[in-house]
Amino acid sequence: MSADIDAGLVRPPLRRFSPARVFYRLFGTPLNAAISLGVLLALAFVVPPLLRWALWDATFSGTAQDCAARSGACWAFIGNKLRFILFAFYPPELQWRPALVVGLILGLIGFSLWPRLWSARLLVVWPLVLGLCWLLLSGIVVSPRVSSNQWGGLPVTLFVWSTCFAASFPLALGFALLRRSRLGLLRIFAVAFIEGMRATPMVAILYVAMLIVPMALPGGAFLDKTVRAMIMITLFWSSYLAEVLRAGLQTIPRGQEEAASALGLGYWRTMQMIVLPQALRVVIPGIVNLAIGFLLATSLLAVIGIFDILNAARAAAIDPQWLGFYDEAYLLVGVIFLLLCTAGSRYSRWLERRLAVASH
Amino acid sequence: MTVHSRPGSRWKGALAASLVLASSVVSGLAHAGPTLDKIKERGTIKVGVGTTPGFFAPDSGGKWKGFFVDYGRALSIAVFNDPDKAEFTNSSPQQRLPALQSGEFDILLSGVTVTITRAFQLGFHFGPTVFYDGQGILVRKDLNVEKAADLDGATIGVQSGTTGELNIADFFRKTGKQFTPVTIEDTGEFINALESGRVDAITQDSSDLVGKRTQLKKPDDYVVLPERLSKEPLAPAIAGGDDRWLEIVNWTVNATIQAEEWGITSQNVDEFLKSEDPAIQRFLGVDPALAQAIGLDPKWAYNIIKTVGNYGEIFDRNLKPLGWDRGYNRLWTDGGLLYSPPFR
Repeated sequence: MSADIDAGLVRPPLRRFSPARVFYRLFGTPLNAAISLGVLLALAFVVPPLLRWALWDATFSGTAQDCAARSGACWAFIGNKLRFILFAFYPPELQWRPALVVGLILGLIGFSLWPRLWSARLLVVWPLVLGLCWLLLSGIVVSPRVSSNQWGGLPVTLFVWSTCFAASFPLALGFALLRRSRLGLLRIFAVAFIEGMRATPMVAILYVAMLIVPMALPGGAFLDKTVRAMIMITLFWSSYLAEVLRAGLQTIPRGQEEAASALGLGYWRTMQMIVLPQALRVVIPGIVNLAIGFLLATSLLAVIGIFDILNAARAAAIDPQWLGFYDEAYLLVGVIFLLLCTAGSRYSRWLERRLAVASH
Repeated sequence: MTVHSRPGSRWKGALAASLVLASSVVSGLAHAGPTLDKIKERGTIKVGVGTTPGFFAPDSGGKWKGFFVDYGRALSIAVFNDPDKAEFTNSSPQQRLPALQSGEFDILLSGVTVTITRAFQLGFHFGPTVFYDGQGILVRKDLNVEKAADLDGATIGVQSGTTGELNIADFFRKTGKQFTPVTIEDTGEFINALESGRVDAITQDSSDLVGKRTQLKKPDDYVVLPERLSKEPLAPAIAGGDDRWLEIVNWTVNATIQAEEWGITSQNVDEFLKSEDPAIQRFLGVDPALAQAIGLDPKWAYNIIKTVGNYGEIFDRNLKPLGWDRGYNRLWTDGGLLYSPPFR
């Protein structure tokens, strides 16, 4: 039977669990058997100590002293510090604001992921919602004001990420088009910007935002540190995004543009009606991929003293009351990032399949 | 707390250093008005702090706590008569000095070491040294080591890219002894290396080592040697150009030291209001002549001691639980280095 399946003579039964088949898959050949045994052995070494640490010997409530008395994980630390890791220095009594911001941003992204809702309306909804998040965090509409050095944790990670990514999109589109422009000077400018930005590490960009930008501002003018960082990150990300978008533009044969101009369409109409709808569709998986990478890159904000969620977790473990529970703190942040990124990559795969169907 | 380079960030340090130099050229433009005017106009003092257990760390409620944080609160009392007008912001070691120059902070209470280049090239003013730090050595007790020179032939863990790495090499070259350095990148690895016996000792600024010791499984089996391989006087740093602000910083620190010398604590300060000693009467504002002469609230020193406490109380509250010994940070009357000029 299994030989027939392997030979392609018989269609394998779909979605039916058969212990014999599983056994054959894992131990059917000497190589498979060796690999399976090796993996099982490794698991036998890793899993029991991990379980002992995470469950049996763990402390689920109490103080740091209770934790120190036991050898396992200190989940009491997470219980005590969860608020700080998620919202950092934001005043606890105003906590609903960052919580609402997290909800708004996740909602906005979830809403935008649904292809049926893709329309020009999104171009209005995004700035509106992100603007509302800014007003909420800073407390401009709902007093009291909270200065940006008290922001931190998950809302900062999500806000910086979504705002900079959204803002870099139109810029990136502009640079991608400029790079293909027939006007030499503009093309050179776009190439210089994109290549210059891409040749610079993001940490250096953050230092520029922190140190050089204030010096370049006219005397007396003062821009908030977070705003400066966000402006520079937007410029930086737009150079990467521009290259992804340009890849999409390259896939559209020139003939289509020539046909469009033969029909009497101008440059902008051609782009808007013919080139961009096709080009953007091609690069959506690339954009999602970039977005996931950028989400992880937001941890670099720590180097300029902004408390993103990773930096907040680290700071939570230096409180003398709860000193040194780095493993637990980093594990929590790792899980949060893993959830966000897994959701992103699952979405990307789903979308790819859907678009592949749609384009047939 | 000299370098605090993160692992693999040597180039970052270099970049930050060159940016510091670049910004020092134009720093004159950055702060036109005196710092104190800005503070009063804004209603808050912007304080830059670091992240080291006991010195500055957020508690579960997101409030900054620590030795240096208490000095920020004391300053807030001196200026505004309110301990909560100090706004603490974390500043990474790479960006704190330029941030001070650009006016992002009114004062750095982030454990800045006083050095001559920082005074001349960067144009910083330093308040009194509030903490005498220095590079220390954390070693297992069963090695029976009493001083660094006993570590002949030992394996010592050093953090790469820090001055600590250079200092220990210099020390052993000077004394003609041998040691094997083990460069450890991740600071969390330090503890593992020591506990597993991969290294006999680790060396870092003692402010870091003391915190590390408490994280060991058996802290009592290890000791931080009393010897210091380098001088790291940590002091408040402000940008040049505001003498009055500097004096407020100076005398706020001095007040906590002087109070300890007189034995005035947050508990007994009210009894001292009845003191017959004219110096104490001037200090606590019972006799307002001194405060009037210097233009501060007559009760400024009283409020600082009542709210934050004297130097010893600040030290005991924040650093003693971590196992800190006063060491050099004792009063001059106890054989330490703390000395306040007279309040008159």
